[in-house]
Amino acid sequence: MNILIKWYYRLGAPLWFYPLAGKLIPWVAALFLLFLIPGLYMGLVTAPADYQQGESFRIMYVHVPAAWMSMFVYLAMAIAAVVALVWRVRMAEIMIISAVPIGASFALIALLTGAFWGKPMWGAWWVWDARLTSELILLFIYLGILALYNAIEDKTTAGKAMSILTLVGVVNLPIIHYSVVWWNTLHQAATVSVFDKPSIHIDMLIPLLLMATAFKFLFLLILLLKMRANLIEQDVHSGWVKKIILDKQAEMEKEHD
Amino acid sequence: MLFSAHQLSCIRSHKTLFENVSFQISAGQLLLVEGKNGAGKTSLLKLLTGLRRPDSGEVHWNNLNILNSESDFRSHLAWLGHQNPLKEEQTALENLILLGHIRPRNTNSMISALKTVHLGHVKHKFIKTFSAGMKRRLCLASLLIADTPLWILDEPQAALDKAGIALFEDLAEQHLKNGGMIIMTSHHSVNIAPEYIQTLKLGQESQ
Amino acid sequence: MNSFLTLVKRDLLLAYRSRGEAFNSLIFFGLVILLFPIGISASEKLLAEIAPGLIWIAALLASMLSLDNLFKEDFHDGTLEQWALSHHSLISFAWARLLSHWIITALPLIIIAPMFALSLNLPTEAIGVLIISLLLGTPLLTFIGGIGVALTTGLKKSSMLLPLLVLPFYIPVLIFGASAVDVSADGWSAAGQLYILAGLFVLGITLAPFAVATSLKVSVSQ
Repeated sequence: MNILIKWYYRLGAPLWFYPLAGKLIPWVAALFLLFLIPGLYMGLVTAPADYQQGESFRIMYVHVPAAWMSMFVYLAMAIAAVVALVWRVRMAEIMIISAVPIGASFALIALLTGAFWGKPMWGAWWVWDARLTSELILLFIYLGILALYNAIEDKTTAGKAMSILTLVGVVNLPIIHYSVVWWNTLHQAATVSVFDKPSIHIDMLIPLLLMATAFKFLFLLILLLKMRANLIEQDVHSGWVKKIILDKQAEMEKEHD
Repeated sequence: MLFSAHQLSCIRSHKTLFENVSFQISAGQLLLVEGKNGAGKTSLLKLLTGLRRPDSGEVHWNNLNILNSESDFRSHLAWLGHQNPLKEEQTALENLILLGHIRPRNTNSMISALKTVHLGHVKHKFIKTFSAGMKRRLCLASLLIADTPLWILDEPQAALDKAGIALFEDLAEQHLKNGGMIIMTSHHSVNIAPEYIQTLKLGQESQ
Repeated sequence: MNSFLTLVKRDLLLAYRSRGEAFNSLIFFGLVILLFPIGISASEKLLAEIAPGLIWIAALLASMLSLDNLFKEDFHDGTLEQWALSHHSLISFAWARLLSHWIITALPLIIIAPMFALSLNLPTEAIGVLIISLLLGTPLLTFIGGIGVALTTGLKKSSMLLPLLVLPFYIPVLIFGASAVDVSADGWSAAGQLYILAGLFVLGITLAPFAVATSLKVSVSQ
């Protein structure tokens, strides 16, 4: 690659990314609310109660999108990891480290809401069901990546190490998932799986899709905020951050002049 | 043969160690890198070997970026860090045989290399019985059996006594006379004919 | 190839010359197995039931803890830098190191595992499958674990980090390894589980060395 382009990727990217992300944030937040509010209203109020589970199934509108997102975030990280390792794009590393805590949070939300859902359904807070177990393992993988990044002081090295581990994870996740499913059918009498119903009623599907879209925008929103924060933190000594600080200070002085 | 650095800079944990370091050496020249502790001497050498990537700038071997022609560059390079890559539970000769696998070999025999660095009489002794100076001399012997024109050495004289330093200077001068190149750091002055030597001082621009 | 064999030979020789250390993981393996009857119950029936999983967990922990010094010495004395800059690829270095590490730490463990299995009342018919499953599974543990070690080897405080990185990836090996022994103890055929383990084995030993070599390159660049 041309040296100028390389330099642009390494150092120049924050210069356009930071203000662009700043402009995008309010729009993404608006889109998030636009999907969240009708999704919540339909899910909690207008959707019919489940004939088997009564009202408690409504936690699905958080649980299922969170579980989907925990996997989606990992996939996005894996793509960024390839970009980071092959083309040495620094923004991709920033994206991964910003996404890890978000993905971990989605996994944690899925696990907690799963427990709340499980109590009325199975009569226990926790069942070693294949999906929940896979989700727990996914949470541990997220935490491992985070721990690795934090343990390495030199952040260039940390970013590369984290990218490698993310890719190792993406190769292993399907293997882990299928072996857990296999283990589950072997050890456990089949539990009533909530997702395996032949068809989901359209009145339930629409709020679910709305919530899933809202969660996508929530992810994008937090990702942009966190990427900006991580960029500022890493580049705190560089010129472009100093310029932003000076601009902000000048702005404040003007207001109070 | 030409080895050159263009506008190298190195940043470690937000601190700029050095910026815009450039030099060029050709066959038969020695580059002495000087600077205080923490000026980034070891970091510079690691950039030159390709172990670390420069934060900006490029390193060229025969006008090719070393990161693009990695294997070609490596087959011309012998690197010696400040540690001794030796195993305590092996004899001097066993260690040298292993180091011989790392770089392309020349025709010098292992035994004669050991004799040159005055370790011929202890070649079957375990390294754990060696003094720090003897270990360093064994590392120097590994340079003598390698067919590599470029030596990059981090503190090669560390732990050597007076005779050891004189020995190193002899070997280095011999290498330069044969058309080799050396890049090294040192706390001592180097007693080699001055026409071979270029000096590079690190850590001045930032002061 | 020549340098690969030299490296394996070096590692075996070094391990032989400081052979006291090689026993440590064996002793640990025995101790972990001892903890279970004491902590849970010495009932022969219960032990026979949990023996497959128990032996596999003990083997997994012993293999993981022995990993710590896989690249540590080579990293600190500069050997790793030398190989990273040699005209050989780091993949063959990684391969050699992983192979000799497996021979040194896991092979003795597989040899004494039947003894512990009998002490836990595992039916004798399952011993053969236990050995085969360990032969297929422990190299995977070493190779996958090697990635974690390569990533953490330059760090000062890495002792708790390694299990965090490595254990989630050990789960499939544990599932199929323990299950193979389990079904054969019940008198069924374990062929399915062993085939899957063999598949994972092939996948692991071909892909892991690349990840190990890349990770080592990152570690030496610090």
